[in-house]
Amino acid sequence: MTALRKIAAAAALALYPALAMSEYKLNLQAPQTPIAERIFDLHTLILVICVVIFVGVFAFMFYAVFRHRKSVGHKAAHFHENTTVEVLWTVVPFFILIGMAYPATKVVIDMKDTSAADVTIKATGLQWAWSYDYLNEGIGFTSALATPRAQIMGIEPKGPNYLLEVDNPVVVPTGKKIRILVTAADVIHSWWVPALGAKQDAIPGFIRDTWFRAEKPGVYRGQCAELCGKDHGFMPIVVEARSPEDYAKWVAEQKAKTAKQAEQAAPGGKG
Amino acid sequence: MEAAHAHGQAHEHAHDHPSGLMRWVATTNHKDIGTMYLWFSFAMFMVGGAMAMIIRTELFQPGLQVVNPDFFNQMTTLHGLIMVFGAIMPAFVGFANWQIPMMIGAADMAFPRMNNMSFWLLPPAGLLLVISLFVPGGGAAAGWTLYAPLTVQLGMGMDLTIFAVHILGLSSIMGSINIITTILNMRAPGMTLFKMPMFVWTWLITAYLLIAVMPVLAGAVTMILTDRHFGTAFFNAAGGGDPVLYQHIFWFFGHPEVYIIAIPAFGVVSQVIPAFSRKPLFGYVSMVYATASIAVLSFMVWAHHMYTVGMPTAAQLYYMYATMLIAVPTGVKVFNWVATMWKGSLSFETPMLFACGFLFLFTMGGFSGLVLSITPVDIQLHDTYYVVAHFHYVMVAGALFSAFAGIYFWLPKWTGKMYNETLGKWHFWLSMIFFNVTFFVQHFLGLAGMPRRIPDYALQFTDFNRISSIGAFGFGLSQLLFLYIVVQTIRSGKKAPDRPWEGADTLEWTHLPTPAPYHSFETAPVVK
Repeated sequence: MTALRKIAAAAALALYPALAMSEYKLNLQAPQTPIAERIFDLHTLILVICVVIFVGVFAFMFYAVFRHRKSVGHKAAHFHENTTVEVLWTVVPFFILIGMAYPATKVVIDMKDTSAADVTIKATGLQWAWSYDYLNEGIGFTSALATPRAQIMGIEPKGPNYLLEVDNPVVVPTGKKIRILVTAADVIHSWWVPALGAKQDAIPGFIRDTWFRAEKPGVYRGQCAELCGKDHGFMPIVVEARSPEDYAKWVAEQKAKTAKQAEQAAPGGKG
Repeated sequence: MEAAHAHGQAHEHAHDHPSGLMRWVATTNHKDIGTMYLWFSFAMFMVGGAMAMIIRTELFQPGLQVVNPDFFNQMTTLHGLIMVFGAIMPAFVGFANWQIPMMIGAADMAFPRMNNMSFWLLPPAGLLLVISLFVPGGGAAAGWTLYAPLTVQLGMGMDLTIFAVHILGLSSIMGSINIITTILNMRAPGMTLFKMPMFVWTWLITAYLLIAVMPVLAGAVTMILTDRHFGTAFFNAAGGGDPVLYQHIFWFFGHPEVYIIAIPAFGVVSQVIPAFSRKPLFGYVSMVYATASIAVLSFMVWAHHMYTVGMPTAAQLYYMYATMLIAVPTGVKVFNWVATMWKGSLSFETPMLFACGFLFLFTMGGFSGLVLSITPVDIQLHDTYYVVAHFHYVMVAGALFSAFAGIYFWLPKWTGKMYNETLGKWHFWLSMIFFNVTFFVQHFLGLAGMPRRIPDYALQFTDFNRISSIGAFGFGLSQLLFLYIVVQTIRSGKKAPDRPWEGADTLEWTHLPTPAPYHSFETAPVVK
């Protein structure tokens, strides 16, 4: 490879994260699951098509604005219809839309396929927190906002995860298909973690589902995405993806905690 | 048979009609009623705007500084309801009242007394909405979409809101009956449907949409009322109902509703652009069919507001395809407007500035709508600020700018006075700049993950929220300039010539003096 090609390749690689732009908060959050990545790419495709068409159309408008003015002496033409052009600019956009709909269709079908999950967790929206039940493990807990009120009221300085931190996060294993069953106890809420590409409304009296597969360990933060009353903005979601071994350890710890609490609460026990 | 007068000039009748307040209370004159709609709409615009200022003040920085979260939700709800039902819809009905009879050569609307009632229902409805803030529990705090079961839980402010919606619906339905009857029956001899001005076509189509969907909204809110007070369980699973049913019913109204707002705006722009291009509207017949297609399609796409409720795959795909399709006739309209300007002889007085601003920014809003129509992308963007950006682009930079274009365009015809062109241009540029400062950055907020309807936000959203709030203050203040311009014109504007716009060629410009007489076209003109 010539030196020039090496430089070009390096520049392209260096620019790619800038193209993702997520650190400038101009684009979707950096995707952390295959589905989130496909959504990100779909959005890029559509955005590029829209920008190209927009620039093309308004190039004509701005040209007319500057060159077809009365004040520069331009006299008005008299044409006012053209069937060919009407047909063209009806049919061509139609085909462009098909070009967008085709990749989108595949993503819709894959997003809806929640079968063959490895771990199933029920998320219940409450006013104003989430409660989680790991159906196969027999553990469950509530997950509420951990940001102190003093920070919200401006008495203390705000922490880095202001409004996006909880007392008990949802822990999941990496590399496994996690199915989230979503419901609510009172009004409609919505379970959403942008980096995982999953959002599902929580409808009281009904159970719907969504899924994700977190590739890498990490902490992924989201918020309730359906107005549910006064603290709608204060019931975040935190998903912690850990290696399958660490996940198994965490499950064991949770089971032990649950057993201990049951023992203390049992009649004749210490509680 | 009297020969038609070249100017349908009516000699002033000396009939005993009341003056002062009673004139306005009892008027059956389409011009008076149009004026009242427009002033009411501006007053509601100021009230809704004040609520927006409260919202953007709280969102200026992270943390809660100004209001509590419940009151914040009351503000977002009422801002939406007042702007949609109190400001933008009545503004275009005001245009319909002033312009339709003059543009078709009719003396007035078909049902002048019902016309009066249609207007006078609005102030009580507006009052109910404002009063709802002061009853125990405060105003409804569920967003303008009023989703159940949250709304079933709320205090009596919700009941006042429901009654306000009933009254608003009644007003719209009666107004629409009037508009359809007028257009279908009272056109001057020679004015076939395909010779009508585009503005009249857009109102004919919009009026059918209103009659079809306002009753559906009334049904939805009445079902909430009975769930709240009369033991029904329409939206309660425990009683055999389904919260999502509310969303289907609401959005069956809600999607055509946004076209009810947009289509008359298209009509105004279709009058202004040809006038200032000194060239006829390109593709008039296409424009009629495109508008009708948009209206028909608008009934078939409502669940694109519901992509995250958990619909079956086939339903999600259907709604995605149907929604994307609306881009086709909408694109046709944009192309036709640009083609109207192409090779015209353009001048950029204030009406044309706003019409071009509409063209540019409404199209941007249309593209963000196309992005939202793609289901997988919408899963990320639903209920975020991206949606807020989208609908403000189409409703503010779209419909509101079109309304401004119409007012500057027709103010000489209505008042006989010219507005101050320099001030008008200032209003345009200030609005244009501050609008984009306010709302363009909201696309980024939505993409980055900021939900809507929250009074406080995570730290990474700070910068764009700050910019948006500054833009909002600027935009709001600029609208006070508009008030000054209109009042100054009415009180002391320069006398307008009969034909202030050389390219304007519809009946009100060619056959009536400026200002238009109180009674015009008492004898119908003959249209070639």
